[in-house]
Amino acid sequence: MSQGQNGAELRLVTPGSAIGPTSGRRVGTGALIQGDEIIATRVGHVRERHGTVSVDPVASCYMPRSGDLVIGTVIEARSNLWFLDINGPFQALLPMSLAPWKVEFGGTRDHADINDSLLMRVQEVDEVQNVVATMKGIGLRRLAEGAVLDIDVQHNDALRAEGAGLLKRLRDLSDCRLVLADNGRLWADGDAAGIDWLRSLLRAVAAAGRSDRFEAILDAHAANAPNQGDA
Amino acid sequence: MMGGYGDVKLLNDDGTRLDGRTVDEMRPVEIKAGILPAAQGSAWVKHGLNVAVVAVYGPMEAHPRKIQRQDRAVLDVRYNMAPFSTSDRIRPGFNRRSREISKVTAEALESVVLLERYPRSKIRVEIEILAAEAGTRCVGITAASVALADAGIPMRDMVVGIASGKIQDTVVLDLDKAEDNYGQADLPMGICPNTGELVFLQMDGDLSIEEYNLATEYNYKAAAEIHEIMVAALKERYDGGEA
Repeated sequence: MSQGQNGAELRLVTPGSAIGPTSGRRVGTGALIQGDEIIATRVGHVRERHGTVSVDPVASCYMPRSGDLVIGTVIEARSNLWFLDINGPFQALLPMSLAPWKVEFGGTRDHADINDSLLMRVQEVDEVQNVVATMKGIGLRRLAEGAVLDIDVQHNDALRAEGAGLLKRLRDLSDCRLVLADNGRLWADGDAAGIDWLRSLLRAVAAAGRSDRFEAILDAHAANAPNQGDA
Repeated sequence: MMGGYGDVKLLNDDGTRLDGRTVDEMRPVEIKAGILPAAQGSAWVKHGLNVAVVAVYGPMEAHPRKIQRQDRAVLDVRYNMAPFSTSDRIRPGFNRRSREISKVTAEALESVVLLERYPRSKIRVEIEILAAEAGTRCVGITAASVALADAGIPMRDMVVGIASGKIQDTVVLDLDKAEDNYGQADLPMGICPNTGELVFLQMDGDLSIEEYNLATEYNYKAAAEIHEIMVAALKERYDGGEA
């Protein structure tokens, strides 16, 4: 057992492990009902909230959902649309009608070329995982500066918990502007020292694999942070 | 076809086997999860002298598009024995045996992986046998289960691969190389330890119904033991070994 952020015991389960009898409880993500029992489908920590039992996975991949904020990398530009890698099983499609620029037919590469990073929202995901993205919205733009860092998607909840306290600490300690996307990518804009510090921190978090260790790892790295201010 | 080597002595006079094990004793098993940083999930399994490394990639878009399934993911399993895995060098690349084992391993794992969660995609499972000493297909299945769990792929249960067999008219658990080569029968199984489901079964040689039942009993008992080691490996990776 390990301790959660509120001190509650976290029970680690593996696929097929019995979590307990259903007895009127609903099943959330990472679990399913088999007979009268709730069983885990992933390695993760059991969480029960408002009568819903779910498993917070310790490892997972990004599955796009409508409305997600994502950072995509252009991998193909056609005459009237872009294909982007959004760190999921499928590429996202950005038609020029949903881009923020006035794009001439055949002129897509003038606005976003191969390997450019774009901050977008997922407009639509259909039942066979066709993903359409949009850049029409406040703050959605091409990320011309800074660096895009990888972060395991299961850490997003921990970073955003309690008023995004951890994310604010990251921002203060690194002295970087940060945008945390839903698809396991973090955009950081600031000094090279701050970005390097973030990169080494995220590498340590990835090696640990667990969200509840994020804060402890951050504490351990805080002494080397570029901005020691009031963080 | 097994058998035909009746003059090879595989059991000691006291009923133990040539390596000192009792008839229902399996070889020592060690498992580690998450050993390859470049893969989404990975596992290392040492079962007796067998050593397998498995890497899992995906889910990713299935290519070529003709292999895509609109309602579920495709499990692409590749089993391969390294050229140095046996005493005789193996010619690198796929052969009929590796294709057959890749196919049956994929079918065993398809029974537990929730493929319907990832339509049109592909999950790649690369099984590399680094050292072989009989029972590599079972070791590959066990390692693939741990690697899939490590990758966060949703599954109803894990699958444990284990084999029993018959030597000198005696049913024994977990055949080693000599027993596999000179024994009378081999019964590898893929067992879901939590549900008790049998998702993979092959048989080489002849067993009576009583012998089959005894071999199955041995396999189920060993599967429970191996499952504990699999769970401990995953807990070691993600929980620092705490139960």
